[in-house]
Amino acid sequence: MAILLLAHLSDTEGIFRWAGAAMSRIAAGRPQRLLAVVFGVAALTTAVLSLDATVVLLTPVVFSTATLMRARPKPHVYACTHLANSASLLLPVSNLTNLLAYRTSGLSFAAFAVLMALPWLVVIGVEYAVFRRFFDTDLSSPARATQQPVGRPPVFAIVVLGGCLLGFATAGPLGVDPAIVAGAGAVVLLVRRLFVRTEPPVRTVWKAILEANPLFCLFVLALGIVVAAVSRHGLGALLAAVFPSGDSLVALLLAAAVAAVLANLVNNLPAALLLIPVAAGHPGLLLAVLLGVNVGPNLTYVGSLATLLWRRILRAREAGPAMGEFLRLGALTVPTALVAGVCALWLSLQLTGLGG
Amino acid sequence: MRVLAWLTDNTWEACVDAVRTTNSPDVTLLYVQASDVSEATHGAFSGLLGRHRPGHDPGDVVRAASAATGDAVLSAAVERLGFDCRVEHLAGAVERVVVATAADADLLVVARDGDRSRLGPRSLGHATRFVVDHAPCSVMLIWPEEAPDLGSIPPKPPHPPRR
Repeated sequence: MAILLLAHLSDTEGIFRWAGAAMSRIAAGRPQRLLAVVFGVAALTTAVLSLDATVVLLTPVVFSTATLMRARPKPHVYACTHLANSASLLLPVSNLTNLLAYRTSGLSFAAFAVLMALPWLVVIGVEYAVFRRFFDTDLSSPARATQQPVGRPPVFAIVVLGGCLLGFATAGPLGVDPAIVAGAGAVVLLVRRLFVRTEPPVRTVWKAILEANPLFCLFVLALGIVVAAVSRHGLGALLAAVFPSGDSLVALLLAAAVAAVLANLVNNLPAALLLIPVAAGHPGLLLAVLLGVNVGPNLTYVGSLATLLWRRILRAREAGPAMGEFLRLGALTVPTALVAGVCALWLSLQLTGLGG
Repeated sequence: MRVLAWLTDNTWEACVDAVRTTNSPDVTLLYVQASDVSEATHGAFSGLLGRHRPGHDPGDVVRAASAATGDAVLSAAVERLGFDCRVEHLAGAVERVVVATAADADLLVVARDGDRSRLGPRSLGHATRFVVDHAPCSVMLIWPEEAPDLGSIPPKPPHPPRR
């Protein structure tokens, strides 16, 4: 919740608009270079401000940046939707699934980040390699450099976000929850907003409350209860039976595969709620589960069969003709990224001795 | 002769110029907004399981931005053409919409939109390839920039060695 608020307030500070202008400057009219910059920005945004920020706030900016350059927007927009999932491995705050697992893992914030750093990089690398090949023709269609002024970077927001990152790493040993750190960052940004006074203060605060979306917490709680009920009536035992134990590479691969399949059947949030209790006590397995539930949803463009069906019902007439292409992209990236990511995780576990 | 010109973001100028060379007074300018990108964005948003209010759907933002780009391209193209013409702004699976719209045209003007640095099959992008293959009328395939000279053709490969 605090992270959602932090992302929204960073957006009001103009951080994404500035990022768009900066991306277009660096890309200098070359779509391939734009893709690389989009990958960097989307990976960082997802890691620090969570996947929601990438989907809701960054994607439209990337679209208009590409369009202004007269580059085809598709590879760049698809990169955002993919990285919103697969780049959400790095920090406990990057994805709600991570936050749920982090609380039971017994790992510190820093240990989590250290273990996930290599898998995060490897998964992003695999995605990048596949995207470059998959969208080869789109990316080699000439574009033009824009003369859009970049403007001054929103230093204040960047400093606050940097402070939050530092806070996340140091707060753990002091027994402070990351949510408090993110909340503090959000309050700093909010207070500044109130000082700048672009609109009545009540409106600013009310908008902030709406952005934090308190009702969603209720939803997660309710979801947790439903999942616990389902789990207790047989599904939990079934999962425990197929679920591996131990920290061997094979066990990690199997855990990630089970998680990815489950995340594609139901959504990744219920999948995480189901699997976290099963993997509790084995930090290595927990992290492998996270790889599965975070990277797995890229197989379909809505993250799971459940959401897909839901969408079909809601907007049946708009059943996308582009589904095929997106599915092919998912089929190319997800299995490779998962296997490579899990191997990287195994290596991290071996090298650091954390999580054993 | 009914001429239909399919305009895209980065090659429309050349298409309009090519239309003028046909001297046909019956011209339709077509811009097709790709629905797949906004659909995927909608999809990613619904994957967030309702964490945000519907007003925040980035798919809507992308769709609106895409519509605005299309309007801008079409009005600039009408001005460049310099005489009265019909204008169509559609949305959907681009290549299929273009082919369907060409049903009552005599000539479809299309620009190469792929990688023109390496001439060959890839100088046509996926959508253009489909349109060239399936158009129900003659197709005028133009170069967005100056056409390459004959020197750009690679030399004939040597004969394979005989065994």
